[in-house]
Amino acid sequence: MLYTNLHHIESLDEHKKVLAENENVMVICGRMGPMCIPVYGIAEELEDVYPHVKFCDFEFDNPAADVIRALPEVQGFMGIPFTIYYKNGKVVKATSSIQSKAEVTAILDAEFGKK
Amino acid sequence: MTGEAHFDTIVLGGGPAGLTAAIYLARAKLKTLVINEGTVGGQMILTHEIANYPGVEKTSGYALSMTMKKQAESFGAEVLANKTVLSVDIEGDVKKVILEGDVTYTAKSIIVAPGGRSRTLGVPGEDALKGKGISYCATCDGDFFTDKEIIVVGGGNSALEEAVSLTKYAKRVTVVHKLDHFEAHKHAVEEAKGHPRVDFMMESVITEFHGNDRLESVDIKDLHTGNTLNRKIDGVFVFIGYVPNTESFKGMLDLNQAGEIMVTEGMATNIPGVFAAGDSTAKRFRQITTAVADGTIAALSAAEYVERSH
Repeated sequence: MLYTNLHHIESLDEHKKVLAENENVMVICGRMGPMCIPVYGIAEELEDVYPHVKFCDFEFDNPAADVIRALPEVQGFMGIPFTIYYKNGKVVKATSSIQSKAEVTAILDAEFGKK
Repeated sequence: MTGEAHFDTIVLGGGPAGLTAAIYLARAKLKTLVINEGTVGGQMILTHEIANYPGVEKTSGYALSMTMKKQAESFGAEVLANKTVLSVDIEGDVKKVILEGDVTYTAKSIIVAPGGRSRTLGVPGEDALKGKGISYCATCDGDFFTDKEIIVVGGGNSALEEAVSLTKYAKRVTVVHKLDHFEAHKHAVEEAKGHPRVDFMMESVITEFHGNDRLESVDIKDLHTGNTLNRKIDGVFVFIGYVPNTESFKGMLDLNQAGEIMVTEGMATNIPGVFAAGDSTAKRFRQITTAVADGTIAALSAAEYVERSH
């Protein structure tokens, strides 16, 4: 259980549904750990600024999170959270470990644009 | 989002020092605003387990951060997180803080508590391979290195304790340290030195990280001989202390050579009405408990200053 105010993805079906229903999606796949919590905080803060982006979390140790862990884009990753940016269901960017607000907004602006 | 609001005290920083200051100020009925550039909790939130905070047997940095925030808010403090501060004007009687989005906050007094951040090595390849073999958190990423060979950089308590802790996963841990001795407690040194799967490269520094999609090798320079060797490695954990987040106060506040804020016994800075607290101040020991103490003193001093300025 991730104690965030983000939309929680807890199953494969939910992951599929979120990608089908939203053009722009950011999924933070992590634990309630020191490198992950700041990224959840940044996403919570940015939800109002980027209303055209669906911000979600996904517990890293949930077996269904294999859909994230098995992505080709994350095979070199060795630090949580794995943060995946989807556009129309396709991965357009993925990052590993803690990110700053500036790093996250730079990706959101580049991949999804400002509203 | 634009706007303006006035407070008795603005606290810049939402770590244990800033949140404690907010608890004391708000409880004293002073209109208080906390502005934090990152997630509330500061370095405290990066601590997986806290077992030496008096009165709390064991907790996480996240839980303690959220409790402190809730406590501050319960007394009426406003807490803003993940805000970008564009400028700070602290010299006059009215202090001014401008945030991104053209939001201006003013106050009679300011408590500067921006804390610190993990020091990085600052060598080529480090930024690109962060999270791809380079880590700053053993509890977060240790399990990615099961049966692998790793390096721990540093010679303090964190480095040595985490080196031992990482042997739960890694088959071999090499501690690389720039000095010929450690700067850690005796028990931490003895435990690391006595561990059969921990070895040491003293007077050595990493000068470059190599790899494409993930870390593959590092260049290590022997400071004694000047020779550099390339070593294949699966992971590197960096624990080389902290740097104070005081860059934006240079030229305003008196800082020492390390960039730490110089304060009086009452946590006053060189500018009237401006106080400082926590890891960004010049002091020897940096603990949650010392930050909390600093925050208390700074808040009481700021309250006194606001009272006098009426």
